[in-house]
Amino acid sequence: MADITTTAANRARSASENPVKRFFRATEIDTRLLGMVGALLIIWIGFNILSGGLFLTPRNLWNLSVQTASVAVMATGMVLVIVTRNIDLSVGSILGFVGMIMGVLQAEILPQVLGFNHPATWILALLAGLLLGAAIGALHGAIIAFLNVPSFIVTLGGLLVWRGATWFVTSGRTVAPMDATFRLMGGGTEGSIGATASWIVGALACIAIVATIINSRKQRQRFGFPQRPMWAEYFLTAVGCALVLGAIAVVNSYPWPVAIARKYADANGIAWPDGGLFIPHGIAIPVLIAIIVGIVMTFIATRLRFGRYVFALGGNPEAAELAGIKTRWVTVKIFALMGMLCAIAAAISTARLNAATNAQGELDELYTIAAAVIGGTSLAGGMGTIAGAMLGALVMQSLQSGMVLVGIDTPFQRIVVGMVLVVAVWLDTVYRARAK
Amino acid sequence: MTDTRTPLVEMRNISISFGGIHAVDNASVDLYPGEVVALLGHNGAGKSTLIKILSGAYKRDSGDILINGEPADINNPRDAKKYGIETIYQTLAVADNVDAAANLYLGRELRTPWGTLDDVAMEAKTREVMGRLNPNFQRFKEPVKALSGGQRQSVAIARAILFNARILIMDEPTAALGPQETAQVGELIKQLKKEGIGIFLISHDIHDVFDLADRVSVMKNGQVVGHARTEDVTKDEVLGMIILGKVPEKAIPGPGAMQTT
Repeated sequence: MADITTTAANRARSASENPVKRFFRATEIDTRLLGMVGALLIIWIGFNILSGGLFLTPRNLWNLSVQTASVAVMATGMVLVIVTRNIDLSVGSILGFVGMIMGVLQAEILPQVLGFNHPATWILALLAGLLLGAAIGALHGAIIAFLNVPSFIVTLGGLLVWRGATWFVTSGRTVAPMDATFRLMGGGTEGSIGATASWIVGALACIAIVATIINSRKQRQRFGFPQRPMWAEYFLTAVGCALVLGAIAVVNSYPWPVAIARKYADANGIAWPDGGLFIPHGIAIPVLIAIIVGIVMTFIATRLRFGRYVFALGGNPEAAELAGIKTRWVTVKIFALMGMLCAIAAAISTARLNAATNAQGELDELYTIAAAVIGGTSLAGGMGTIAGAMLGALVMQSLQSGMVLVGIDTPFQRIVVGMVLVVAVWLDTVYRARAK
Repeated sequence: MTDTRTPLVEMRNISISFGGIHAVDNASVDLYPGEVVALLGHNGAGKSTLIKILSGAYKRDSGDILINGEPADINNPRDAKKYGIETIYQTLAVADNVDAAANLYLGRELRTPWGTLDDVAMEAKTREVMGRLNPNFQRFKEPVKALSGGQRQSVAIARAILFNARILIMDEPTAALGPQETAQVGELIKQLKKEGIGIFLISHDIHDVFDLADRVSVMKNGQVVGHARTEDVTKDEVLGMIILGKVPEKAIPGPGAMQTT
């Protein structure tokens, strides 16, 4: 009985809507996210015109993806932190400190124990970094949750403490070079997976998209919930797969630089053809890491009990506490997770730079927070998506890379980024007020 | 009292103080299966504090809680839930930003064999329970923020009865509601009573609860003024208990009763 009235009501409602609204209702696309994609496209096309076609080239887009990876990884964690009405100002310093420790481990300590270029060096350094990051985050979280010090203060202290600690470890000396395998995490010619593997990743992603849509349809059928219309399912599948395969096609059309390709050809006894050798980069390993982190974090945020608690805690801390959630432990876990993500970001950026420096990750806390906020995470708590934050990181990086390409001076770059942040949040406020 | 059954809940000589102020002072109340007890008193009389001790939100300084005659160890909301005590708070205590199903199962989520949230199953059960409480409710996918006061109240009530509560605590259950919704809550209370659930109704407004309650317990300045069966006393007499602490003849005086002799 109730079902009949629902469908009738829905039909009546959808009949009175215009086609655009009906389209969004049927496909259940987040219009806010779509707006961000629109903004990103405007930025890309704008810079492409201003730079005379330099922006939308496989080379630039590939570089853009690598440059985004580190902040994007941290932004996924920052979403959970901000959703629970906290803030983490220390991520840049944690990145610096953990990066420095991983650098010292693989460049100075592990070679003495294991020997130079030992195959286990990179994984030991990375594991140590992950543990250290998680421990630092857990320490921050414990002070916030159990000693009731505001997260702003705890992490502001952390910002200074861990930057100082970074300096202290080597008395300000830069540590280089990194282990050869570890370096792959930073991207570059060798740190990319090549054309074939990229297509395989793309194919797997498409299969995953189809499987997800079929599974959600089955689940809804099982309990007799309203379904998306078939055309909407096909549309979503087609758009998803097209985006994935398009991105793969782009990264696969960026060839290795001639010098490296020539060295490779010589080393492998391949005759050097007249037109040069076209070896595509494929997906860069740091980008792959960021995507995997994004998927895992989305899974944690939406499919696990922990994620549900994070959002409930952000929506109404008192209700969460009264519902019997161990809110303090949830806070500790969130910050530990954030610390671990800082360690991953530290691995990416030290590997990319092939060195660990004092200044590594400076100002990253601000870019990370900006990415999360531009990506729709509300500072009032309770709202935010992982995908939005990663997209936010891409928007920030696009602006910066674009301004470099166009030749805007450094001071103006910062001025523009700062203004964009404020305008983006203002637009979002307007959007939310209207959505109500 | 002629009742010789074991009380569902017995709170004996409960005291709690915050910074030297005795919010609840040597208070005792009890509740039998299928009974509705109204806990009355002015704002600040200590009734909400007393009941928050039962629901695990506060820890008592002294006194005993007995559930079915056996001492119960309640230190946090999780403990209380283990004893089948469910609370609907005055502030409604729902997480605004998630949907009805997420709120109903908050802290007790259903999970698939892989340990992930079983959202579909939770929504199905939510539709079933909400269908019983409020057949007009259709907005299952929207965050609770988007719902009306009555709808939010039904979400809060549904959460309490979803897990087979034996003891239900309702703190100002109708304060945020219109007349029609208030009547709905009244119906609901009668229905739950039939199922043998014991209910504490907390209110500062006697008119809200007098007709629903079997007994009243009145508190004043953190102390219990007295208990009475609603059939033995008039509303005016109960008002006298609330305002003056004056205990009528047929009521049983407590430690907070006005000393007349």
